[in-house]
Amino acid sequence: MTAPNNTAPLLEVRDLVVDYHITRKVNFRALKGVSITVGAGECVGLVGESGSGKSTLGRALLGLAPVAAGAISFDGKDITHAKGAARRKLGNDIQVVFQDPYGSLDPTMTVGEVLAEPLEVVGASKTQARATVAEMLDRVKLPGDAVHRYPSEFSGGQRQRIAIARALVRRPRLIVCDEPVSALDLTTQATILDLFIELQRETGVSYLFISHDLGVVRRVCHRTSVMYQGEIVESGDTHTVTEEPNHPYTQRLLLAAPVADPAKQAERRAAWLALRESA
Amino acid sequence: MTAAPFPTNLAPVKRVSLLRRFMRKPAGVIALVVMVLIVLSAVLAPWLAPFDPNLVNFKITNAGPGNGHLLGGDSAGRDILSRLLYGGQLTLFGALITCVSAVLIGVPAGVCSGYFGGVTDRICTWISDGLQSIPGLIMLMVVAAGTGQSFPVLMVVLGLFMAPGYFRITRGRAMAVRKEPYIDAARVSGVTNPRILRTHMARAVYPPIVVQSALTAGIAIGMQAGLQFLGIGSAQTPSWGQMMANGMQVIQNYPLILLWPSIALGLTIAALAFIGTTLADLISVRVERPTRRMRLKARQLLVTPPATADLPNRVASGEHAHRVEDCALRIDNLRVGYPAPDGVKEVVRGVSLDAAPGEVLGIVGESGSGKTQTMFSVLDLLPAGGTAVADGIYVGGKEVGKLSTTARAALLGRSIGYVPQEPMTNLDPSYTIEHQLVEPLRHVQGMAKEDARKRAREVLVRVGIKDPERVLKSYPHQISGGMAQRVLIAGAVSGRPSLLVADEPTTALDVTVQAEVLELLRELQQEYGMALVIVTHNFGVVADICDRVVVMKDGRIVESGPVERIFRQPENPYTAELIAASLDDAEGRHELDRAWAGAPAAHVGGEEDAR
Amino acid sequence: MFSFIAKRLVSGIVLLFVVATGTFFLAHAAIGDPTPGLLGNSATAVQQDALRHKIGVDRPLLTQFWDWLSHAVTGDFGTSWRTFTPVNADLAQRLPVTLSIVVFATLLSAVFGVIIGVACGLRPGSVLDRILKFASVVLFALPGYWVAIVLVNVFALGLGWFNAVGYVDPVVSVGGWIQSITLPSIALALGAIVMVAEQLRNGFLEINNQDYVRTLRARGLSKGRVTRHVLRNASPAALTVLAMMFVGLLGGAIVVELVFYLPGIGQLTQQSSQNGNIPVLLGLTVVTVVFVVVINFLLDLVLGWVNPKVRDR
Repeated sequence: MTAPNNTAPLLEVRDLVVDYHITRKVNFRALKGVSITVGAGECVGLVGESGSGKSTLGRALLGLAPVAAGAISFDGKDITHAKGAARRKLGNDIQVVFQDPYGSLDPTMTVGEVLAEPLEVVGASKTQARATVAEMLDRVKLPGDAVHRYPSEFSGGQRQRIAIARALVRRPRLIVCDEPVSALDLTTQATILDLFIELQRETGVSYLFISHDLGVVRRVCHRTSVMYQGEIVESGDTHTVTEEPNHPYTQRLLLAAPVADPAKQAERRAAWLALRESA
Repeated sequence: MTAAPFPTNLAPVKRVSLLRRFMRKPAGVIALVVMVLIVLSAVLAPWLAPFDPNLVNFKITNAGPGNGHLLGGDSAGRDILSRLLYGGQLTLFGALITCVSAVLIGVPAGVCSGYFGGVTDRICTWISDGLQSIPGLIMLMVVAAGTGQSFPVLMVVLGLFMAPGYFRITRGRAMAVRKEPYIDAARVSGVTNPRILRTHMARAVYPPIVVQSALTAGIAIGMQAGLQFLGIGSAQTPSWGQMMANGMQVIQNYPLILLWPSIALGLTIAALAFIGTTLADLISVRVERPTRRMRLKARQLLVTPPATADLPNRVASGEHAHRVEDCALRIDNLRVGYPAPDGVKEVVRGVSLDAAPGEVLGIVGESGSGKTQTMFSVLDLLPAGGTAVADGIYVGGKEVGKLSTTARAALLGRSIGYVPQEPMTNLDPSYTIEHQLVEPLRHVQGMAKEDARKRAREVLVRVGIKDPERVLKSYPHQISGGMAQRVLIAGAVSGRPSLLVADEPTTALDVTVQAEVLELLRELQQEYGMALVIVTHNFGVVADICDRVVVMKDGRIVESGPVERIFRQPENPYTAELIAASLDDAEGRHELDRAWAGAPAAHVGGEEDAR
Repeated sequence: MFSFIAKRLVSGIVLLFVVATGTFFLAHAAIGDPTPGLLGNSATAVQQDALRHKIGVDRPLLTQFWDWLSHAVTGDFGTSWRTFTPVNADLAQRLPVTLSIVVFATLLSAVFGVIIGVACGLRPGSVLDRILKFASVVLFALPGYWVAIVLVNVFALGLGWFNAVGYVDPVVSVGGWIQSITLPSIALALGAIVMVAEQLRNGFLEINNQDYVRTLRARGLSKGRVTRHVLRNASPAALTVLAMMFVGLLGGAIVVELVFYLPGIGQLTQQSSQNGNIPVLLGLTVVTVVFVVVINFLLDLVLGWVNPKVRDR
């Protein structure tokens, strides 16, 4: 589980630029030179509002977004423009959990087929696959007979557990978690977050944890970066970023999020109004 | 770290195959039986047919049924029944060729077009549109022109013209599926494109293709008979279209000759069409609309529950804080139900609450708690099939629950304003913002056109829109989500309602926009002295804006009271759990890790077996 | 908007060219030597040679194609290989008949499709709605000529309400013209009516479930006003179906005309196909595709007017 070179991070992104082509002439620059690192066994949060580019960064790591400039290296190897077989091989190391617990599982496949697919791709035997799938279901605390069922038979939280199990079956070293709890009820959200932490401790996997919610990030992330309009405006220890932010945008973000306590929220709102006036 | 309190027991597996469900539909079963009989009679024609289909017997020329000729003879003296049976062979064989070639051309093109998009898609779509612009029959006549006409070739060409039908369906499905995260997840896992096309894509497009095939077969049979009717095809091989053409010539004197092939053709096509639509009904996720009788029964069960009902659950939950006449809104023992196989599914099970003018009431709960249904009952805008009964619903101190639908609707836009959840889907995409703001002012408030325009502009300025002229001229897709929500709030308050109902008004918005919208709602509520009822799942929103709060779970109120008290000392454990789940005061990752590092070494070592 | 129009125009012209070219070579490939078909089997080799030379099929195929194309772009489709009259004259004589019934059928489909569709969309599950569902299943699949045969039998031969067969020019008698095209148009339109109605009904129900319709109701708008919003948003799909039906109706008209003995392009197509009269077949194809291109262009304009999102593209 140790990285070959202890000083080098597991994932390193340098000055990444992503352009989306809107029309033949118009480009939209979703990322404007973003740098970020994730160490082994670490959870790094990426916070921002819609359109900030946080999901684009996650997709760029997965090879799902067009990189115009900059570099991504994983475990010391450059993967910025990995294509074809090289990219497919990365599936061993980098996996993903998406937001939508309904769209992220093929409704026509049983849970067993969903979980076995990443294994079959690398040529695992049926027996091997079955054993791994059973183990992973156990890890995410789903009953073993789930393999014969279809995703539609599960609740949102359960589906997200299945999605996490799928991300884990190849025993990756990094999982990109793109808003993995934002579609869930609050109580479910809390248990899924606990599951993420528990799995990280058990397997040593790293997370790039993308979220719009500072509270969620504070719960699971060691370090956090804040994104705004395609740039990282603030990075640092999660505690600092979420409690005593330096950048005005992060401050605005923090003060805008209502806290579940009327007295504290009255203070926060007053501070938010003061900040809005001063702006 | 506590073990997740997660339900690990699943309901018993109850899955019914498509075939089994098909067999439950009488129309489908009858159609299928008819179709099977037609296929069998065609396949077994050599054994079933009493005569050679081309055997000429002048004695039965134009003869009616009888003398061993069950359906009589045609104008050339041939046995009609035998010709019908043999003609079925050709008909069904042709339909099969057409369907297979249409599938082979249309489906792969559609899947690739939808999956890869870009140039592939543009080329395929152009070709498909082009094919659809050509009257197929004329082209078939061109192909059939001259002497070298071959029936299978004609049917393949017909398949080419039917292929756009498959193309459109599969392309649409493939495009929708392409956007699903599970395709991205498969790609991340290293699944190759061919494999994705073969598995995920093929599975997604399979059901509509089956439906389309039944319809295509029907149309192909019709077209094919039409070609034969036009005199295309070998005169030696009996066919239904040719028999109809033959019948047409002697229709005045011997209409029966035309009748038999017409029946055969109509029956076959109708059977295929019914099979197709029955399948379509089965695979579409569309929920069947409950019938009037089901709705009435559900309502009856809501009003007078069966004797076996759980009695404590029949008592209203929640409480009233004000006198009836002081309330902007008051609900007494509301029940909302939807028709279900066993009578009724209650989603709100006895809810009582109230809100006074100038008060902000929060209805808070998780999905399925019934909070939104409660709100829709106030508006009398429950989704189709839903029915609400209550001991009383009061708006502005007056009982409105027993009023007619029209009278209830008259409250909307005048006494009650509504702010929806999702700003982008709650504006009509086909009309300008101006039209959508002015229309209610003119036709509900009865203002003159110019006054209404002026008011719309004023309200937009009031909700904080800096350039009202531009926004008024815009269509919904041209403005941002935050802007759209301001427009919707403007629309809700432009009629100066005494009660404003907001359904998760900030859930779809970014945090910074949410703060602005909450601030706006608070200002407007105080300015107009409205009662504001806000439905939310977010305790932060409750803490921010609400005076009182009701907590709902499974259709009942578990706790209600002033906001400060609920947060300081929740009486119900569920309330406490919900507040705790907000993560505001929860331990951060660093604290969790410190606590874990100090814990017994049970977890340590997990890292070794991980890789 | 201008570039949109230009783009559609270019696309239409390219389509026309492709179809014309494709049809030309397809027809020549399918027919090969047209002279036996044109002259009958009893013709001598000398007669056939003479005809071959007269109509120019003894030249290389590409020369023939260029000759045809260079005339076609000026609107001249050559002369019929059988009657040696200009193809344009044949078409000018026949097209009004076909267009009469196709346009009339399109009008019928639009009017009745909208009325029935809206009525069913407003009251899903009603008796009318169930009848529509049943009718749409049956009529969608049944070919127009089959319906035509039934109509001829019942209304013309059985009840004697209409002329069974034949065409009356509106110049001769407008009443007679209407009488002569009513039954054929109905035969053609029945399937299209249920298609349009079904499409509109389903669109109506779908739009009715949209969030913004609930919001419109919550603003206090009357039922009629809300219906107007729903109808406008449901109409693009129904309009598209209507435009597609037009293509289908052109094809369907060929067979229906034969049942009613109408002197439209149906007979011409049938005869030309049987004789291998390629110039006429080509003329027919190009002219019908021109109509379809025009209809699709109009559809795009209407869709742009109904749906502001299309306009922005």
